[in-house]
Amino acid sequence: MEATIEVSGLRKKFGPHLALNGMTFTVEPGQVTGFVGPNGAGKSTTMRVVLGLDAADEGTALVGGQPYASLRHPLSHVGALLDAAALQPSRSARNHLLWLAHSQGLTARRVDAVIEQAGLESVVRRKAGGFSLGMRQRLGIAAAMLGDPPVLMMDEPFNGMDPEGIVWMRGFLRSLAGQGRAVLVSSHLMSELQDTADHLVVVGRGKVIADTSVRELLSAASRDRITVRTTTRSEAMTVLAHAGATVAATGRDTLTISGLPADRVVALLGESAVPFSEVSAHHASLEEAYMELTKDEVEFRAAAAEDTTEEAAR
Amino acid sequence: MTASTVTQYRPAQRPGRDGFAQLLRAEWTKFRTVRAWVIGLVIAVLVMIGVGLFGASAGGSSCQAVSGGPVRTGGACAPTFPAGPGGEPVTDSFYFVRQPLAGNGSITVRISSLTGLLPPANPGPVATDTRPGLVPWAKAGIIIKESTRPGSAYAAMMVTADHGVRLQNDFTGDTKGQPGAVTTTSPRWLRLTRSGDTVTGFDSADGTHWTQVGTVHLSGLATTVQAGLFATSPEYSVISQNFGGGGGGSILPSQATAVFDHVGRSGTWPASAWSGGYIGAAGGSGIGKYHQASGRFTVTGSGDIAPIVAGSGNSGDPGKTITDHLVGTFAGLIAVIVVATLFITAEYRRDLIRTTLTATPRRGRVLAAKAIVISSVTFVAGLVAAAAGVIIGAQVSHARGSLVFPVSWLTEVRVIAGTAALVAVAAVLALALGTVLRRSAAAVTIVIVAIVLPYILGVASILPVGASEWLLRITPAAAFAIQQAAVQYPQVNALYTPTSGYFPLAPWAGLAVLCGYAALALILATIMLRRRDV
Repeated sequence: MEATIEVSGLRKKFGPHLALNGMTFTVEPGQVTGFVGPNGAGKSTTMRVVLGLDAADEGTALVGGQPYASLRHPLSHVGALLDAAALQPSRSARNHLLWLAHSQGLTARRVDAVIEQAGLESVVRRKAGGFSLGMRQRLGIAAAMLGDPPVLMMDEPFNGMDPEGIVWMRGFLRSLAGQGRAVLVSSHLMSELQDTADHLVVVGRGKVIADTSVRELLSAASRDRITVRTTTRSEAMTVLAHAGATVAATGRDTLTISGLPADRVVALLGESAVPFSEVSAHHASLEEAYMELTKDEVEFRAAAAEDTTEEAAR
Repeated sequence: MTASTVTQYRPAQRPGRDGFAQLLRAEWTKFRTVRAWVIGLVIAVLVMIGVGLFGASAGGSSCQAVSGGPVRTGGACAPTFPAGPGGEPVTDSFYFVRQPLAGNGSITVRISSLTGLLPPANPGPVATDTRPGLVPWAKAGIIIKESTRPGSAYAAMMVTADHGVRLQNDFTGDTKGQPGAVTTTSPRWLRLTRSGDTVTGFDSADGTHWTQVGTVHLSGLATTVQAGLFATSPEYSVISQNFGGGGGGSILPSQATAVFDHVGRSGTWPASAWSGGYIGAAGGSGIGKYHQASGRFTVTGSGDIAPIVAGSGNSGDPGKTITDHLVGTFAGLIAVIVVATLFITAEYRRDLIRTTLTATPRRGRVLAAKAIVISSVTFVAGLVAAAAGVIIGAQVSHARGSLVFPVSWLTEVRVIAGTAALVAVAAVLALALGTVLRRSAAAVTIVIVAIVLPYILGVASILPVGASEWLLRITPAAAFAIQQAAVQYPQVNALYTPTSGYFPLAPWAGLAVLCGYAALALILATIMLRRRDV
């Protein structure tokens, strides 16, 4: 089976709300594909449609070229982590994995293997109800890995993870892609996917806004921009703006300038005797690139701003 | 994780494997790994046994053998009764005017009158006299009987007060002959012919034109039997059927007197004369006499030749059946319903159903596997509880001095296995409804209201009998009929109401009603589970 997810023209209405409006993208093997968009953009709905849990009004969703419902031991084709809290609280973590394994004709030995993989050995006999969200995410990962599937699909797997867990999760996702598997990871926070995703599918209002590689996106967002580090920020802003540049204060002592080449910026600041410590080509963060990409989407900007605040509050 | 542990494109399916066994195993793992559910079933078993024992220990501890006699308690109170050829407890008390009959032969009589005496209409502090009248099953006629031992095999042709001519045998057999009451202007001729183990009954209106009523086989009938005339009359019960359906009032002896003539015999009758005597004095005061003059016999008797009906309140009624030791079923059922509902609704509550249906996209099979697992475990629980309830209940009742109506082992197996089936099918109904509603509280409430409530209303003297019977016919509670151990006999007048242990439907028909509900709910659940997003 080819390790792909192909989503084509999905439309779905929940009552009057159009949840999916022609969602179309393909997840390729060997890379981590970030599935990004604000809450309510249709990420989870798309994933449920791929897994055959929700029926789309129109369109198709194929896993390795087949509809999910036709798979006989589906966990050997796709490993999915939809909702880490979907557990029977009084059942132990190991028993949760055990019934899943039994449903696929897998043995307890495979259960022990994924427990080790997810780093859950010490807690696996405990009731899942007592798990922190981070531990539940790891349990969900273990469940997704049971069938050793070529395709993995995870909805907000970073949620509730501590920094150590986030680092672990990034490494884990990268290693899965490195083995040639197709990995689709959704997030409403672009920053979570920094250094993780190779490819991005950016969605809003139930459809794809951008389907691009991370490298292309970053270079597009960084183009023609210059970062200036200065202790006299306001004076530098005045000088550069006067010369026709677009200036944005991006930090206590940093400015991002566009509309002027770097040598011209250095010359202008020198002429005006404005001290500066650094002028460099700007390296956009994934988040900036995301903002740039979605600046025309009104709904997006509000939501994205909220998310940024949320992140800042962490 | 190292790359060597990954088998990237390994064939995921085991070819040819159906996978349903794996699904069953998965659902079984799910069930046994939630301790609360297992404990819930254990509680169900204990409650069933416990409440049943409460039923076993209640009542039956004191009695009055004879009106005005000493009140006895404990083991002394246990009624004794003869057993019929089929092993069932019987009443075998009548006045018998008999002679031995050696080998094959026949007896013929004409009966021209059947009259009787009933107890006072208003039994009260002021004793009034008896009054003329007959109870519906007052009977008199001719009988061929193995011996004078109560409970021995027999065949009899008789006239009755309200049910015409009957051919009866071995207490449970009853065949209809000529209808209508006997009077001097409309007498009845009766004949019994013995040939080996076979006895054939005839009736006639004129002694010339005979009709065969039926043939009965009394297997192993002795060569020499007792044959002759009899009369008897069942107890008169003032059944004041109150609003609760409970039978109230007094049960007093009645008597019947029949006039016989044209007594004809064929075959070998070695005795020189008739002798009269009361058979089975245990069945009351033993009223009976006979008078013979110029070929005319006037025979008076009291009692009955019939099976004992459990719960009838008639004298000799042990009052209790194994069903009484299973009264806890409804209580245990509540716990079973809760567990069976949670087996699916707990998954909905936590969205675990998504994981389940991701693992097995064929949703109908998931529901089937769940139904099989929950019905199997609840069947076992029901079986343990019912078997323990019947066994322990019998001992408790015995210790308490109340006798349990004996039933055949086949009936016992049916009641015990049927109770287990009732519990299992109710669990499937709860599971199906839980799937449809996706809410624990709503599903549990509806199933309890559908099964437990009608049962309680039906058997607990709350509604009029008619309403009770309808409830136990059309609601899932009809399935409790599978627990009925007592047998209803048309030839015995008694209060056959749910309260006294008689269900309106036959045992398997009652269970079938519940099965029908469960099947409908399961179909609905399958359709909805397949259609709905989860």
